[in-house]
Amino acid sequence: MNFDLSWMAWTWPTAAFFATILLLLCGMAVWEYASPGGNPRVGILRFETTRGDRLFLSLLGSAFIHLAWLGLVGPSLWWALALSVVYAIGVFRYV
Amino acid sequence: MEKTWNNKAWFLVLPVLVLVAFSAVIPLMTVVNYSVQDTFGNNVFFWAGTEWFEELLSSSRFWEAMVRNLIFSFIILAIEVPLGIFIALNMPKKGWGVPVCLVLMALPLLIPWNVVGTIWQVFGRNDIGLLGYYINALGIDYNYVQDPFDAWVTIIIMDVWHWTSLVVLLCYAGLVSIPDAFYQAAKIDGASRWAVFRYIQLPKMQRVLLIAVLLRFMDSFMIYTEPFVVTGGGPGNSTTFLSIDLVKTALGQFDLGPAAAMSLVYFLIILLLSWVFYTVMTNYDAER
Repeated sequence: MNFDLSWMAWTWPTAAFFATILLLLCGMAVWEYASPGGNPRVGILRFETTRGDRLFLSLLGSAFIHLAWLGLVGPSLWWALALSVVYAIGVFRYV
Repeated sequence: MEKTWNNKAWFLVLPVLVLVAFSAVIPLMTVVNYSVQDTFGNNVFFWAGTEWFEELLSSSRFWEAMVRNLIFSFIILAIEVPLGIFIALNMPKKGWGVPVCLVLMALPLLIPWNVVGTIWQVFGRNDIGLLGYYINALGIDYNYVQDPFDAWVTIIIMDVWHWTSLVVLLCYAGLVSIPDAFYQAAKIDGASRWAVFRYIQLPKMQRVLLIAVLLRFMDSFMIYTEPFVVTGGGPGNSTTFLSIDLVKTALGQFDLGPAAAMSLVYFLIILLLSWVFYTVMTNYDAER
């Protein structure tokens, strides 16, 4: 059987991106196994969120931070990445 | 009674996971891969980095299509949701009228998108279309091919005709599930028609309304076939929505990289707006 995935046009940066997402999901699964229930709580948004919700908000927000950086500042995205990490920490801490 | 935890149940959802992987995850990954590359065909790709995203974010064509899309979705929701509730409230709850109304309501939903577009394209024409001909006979200058306002009115009426039934059927399902005891209590208390609607019917319809608003928003924000068949995105670009622009870029110009970047931004916006709608409505429900 020939698993030719060239039609998917893989590149190392995009493969690394998806590997990071997969690792995050695996990490969340391990976290859930170690501490079941999703740790629901009411944060600054005034409604209940689980840690899955917080990961979703972190990833979605990070995507928009990167787009905003690209549109407003320029193509170097390292600062956008740093800002996204700070944002994700904030979401996991306060949301 | 103690709950039995059995993780073998996860195997039952495995077929769905496989289906979702092939129908959504793998195509989405491919789009991400395309969005950072350029191709001239023949499966040969060149690294472009964030170039297509930069180009897209500074493109007035993209932002104009986005604004058009948001305005269209807002108008559609503002018309279809109240109209759907109004029709559902006035539909018979028992007797022979129930199946008749349900079938009539379901009919527009059964017609394929491209057929709906074709029907309204002909219906609105000045020369052979019933609607276009009689509107002009009344002295109103109506021509959806040349006038952007007429084109917008035509596609909005077409969408309302096609999809209000969905809101009606969902609201009707919510209404018939209200036990008679609620109405009897309201009658004993001397509640007005408005009070019955405000404090009994509307809260009971809220869950189905959430589904209706979400479905109609996502559908109207991703609308393609009907306006494409009726107006082709014109006159000019006046009815060129994001999906029409996307298809023009991907298939008309064969610019797969820019089209993939546009798809991803489009996807993120839909994801964000759907999450906002869902969160606001479910939390409002939880507070009650």
